[in-house]
Amino acid sequence: MSKPSKIIARNLNFHYGEKQAIKNLNLEISANEIFALFGPANSGTTTFFRALTRLCDLDPHTKVEGQILLDGKDIRDADVSVTELRRKIGMVFEEPTALPMSIFDNIAYGLRLSGIKDKNLLKERVETALKLTVLWEEVKDRLDTPALRLSGGQQQRLCIARTLAMSPDIIVLDRPCAALDPISTLKIEESLQLLKNQFTIIIIPHSIQQAGRISDKAGFMLYGEMIETGPTRELFTNPKDQRTNDYITGRFG
Amino acid sequence: MNIKKEKNLRRAFFFIALSTLSVLAIITLFIFFEGIPLINKVGVFKFLFGMKWAPSQGLYGIFPMIIGTLSVTLGAALIGVPVALCVSIFLTEFAPKQIRMFMRSTIQLLAGIPSVVYGFWGLTFIVPFIRDYLGGPGLSILAGSLILAIMILPTIISISEVSLLALPGLYKQGSLALGATHWQTIWRVLIPAAKSGIMAAIILGIGRAIGETMAVIMVLGNAVALPNSILDPARTLTTNIGIEMGYASGDHQQALFATGIVLLVMIMILNSAAQYIVRKK
Repeated sequence: MSKPSKIIARNLNFHYGEKQAIKNLNLEISANEIFALFGPANSGTTTFFRALTRLCDLDPHTKVEGQILLDGKDIRDADVSVTELRRKIGMVFEEPTALPMSIFDNIAYGLRLSGIKDKNLLKERVETALKLTVLWEEVKDRLDTPALRLSGGQQQRLCIARTLAMSPDIIVLDRPCAALDPISTLKIEESLQLLKNQFTIIIIPHSIQQAGRISDKAGFMLYGEMIETGPTRELFTNPKDQRTNDYITGRFG
Repeated sequence: MNIKKEKNLRRAFFFIALSTLSVLAIITLFIFFEGIPLINKVGVFKFLFGMKWAPSQGLYGIFPMIIGTLSVTLGAALIGVPVALCVSIFLTEFAPKQIRMFMRSTIQLLAGIPSVVYGFWGLTFIVPFIRDYLGGPGLSILAGSLILAIMILPTIISISEVSLLALPGLYKQGSLALGATHWQTIWRVLIPAAKSGIMAAIILGIGRAIGETMAVIMVLGNAVALPNSILDPARTLTTNIGIEMGYASGDHQQALFATGIVLLVMIMILNSAAQYIVRKK
């Protein structure tokens, strides 16, 4: 044990009504690394994020069993504040979720909600966040224009910047580059590499190649089950499970 | 051959579309043609701001009715708009599916009740209630406002509900993921995003309130005097036409058309405002 585990999932089961989306998941993720959670559609990866951020709470048809520990504390304990939790675990979605307000306000929105009112501090945090996602140079002269006028790639980087501005412990990204062109993808991947010193990053990559490029550790999920986890290099060169091997080599999925 | 047929068909549709426009044009021209001479005869200022309406003495001042219309409409908006917005937010954000379905069809039913029934109900229920508990004759601006507030609910609720439902679900997700509560998300993201639709809903509701005649005639008391309080009776522009058109002739009849001009201009201003707001977005 070199690093303490940031997130531990124990015997996690997740149901959407009748359908079981996650089956007995066990997973440990250490701090300051990039963990890639990959698998074909309906394998439960996005569902795991929804459970982790408790965004699934809004849907009355979902049922969660088992434990998810963040720094040793169950995130579903009664004394955990959901809004605090979501500030600690920032989520970026597959589609850009820029809000219908200015570029500046998109980032300042979450900060203001967390109680920051000082205008200079807000400006500073917005600038830092935009620089982290290499968006600053592109938008610094039009921070007060509507965010929805940005291109898809810029909007996605804005959403990542917005999440970073909250200084979360963990950033979870659900196929953040699925709708982006290769250049934007590259820019985002570069920023993620820089960011892992400060944050723990969990990413659902949109391709196996991306998982291989950017992650330190990886986990392969299939139909709600965790098939295999391990250091990315090992998992990709020498998978222990036949199914992992088949998926990586493109024999199914 | 076929191309020719299509061309003719297109022409036919164009003329049908044009005919609806021409109906509007004919009515508008007719009203102006009938009403303008009287306004000229009385004088614009005296007509709009004259305090006395006495057709038998040749006095045509509609200021009390303008005030009547404005106050009844404002009252209806003050009561109806907050309720309608709460309902539409409840329906889109909080209501379980069955309740939403049930309430939506109930509200649509509300729009189907004939206005004379609203007026009759107001006359037998609201008017005595106001008279007994708040004082005055009961037939009053308050009674008119209450009835109109109920009548504009379906318009405002359904249009603002549609504009809230049209928002991408991503807004909500994005906001919640940043640590906003559900209520903060509604207040700071969803309502501002649907603002233009909600404003249009409110203005259309107000337009409906200004134009309503039958229900208002029955509960407003129709006195042609400047009201001093919301418990006083009043007369609106629409009810003025509705009450007197049966026996008016000559100048008197023209004065009623002139009242219609003022009404038409008010509605036109409101509709342009609604369109401006929607476009400005």
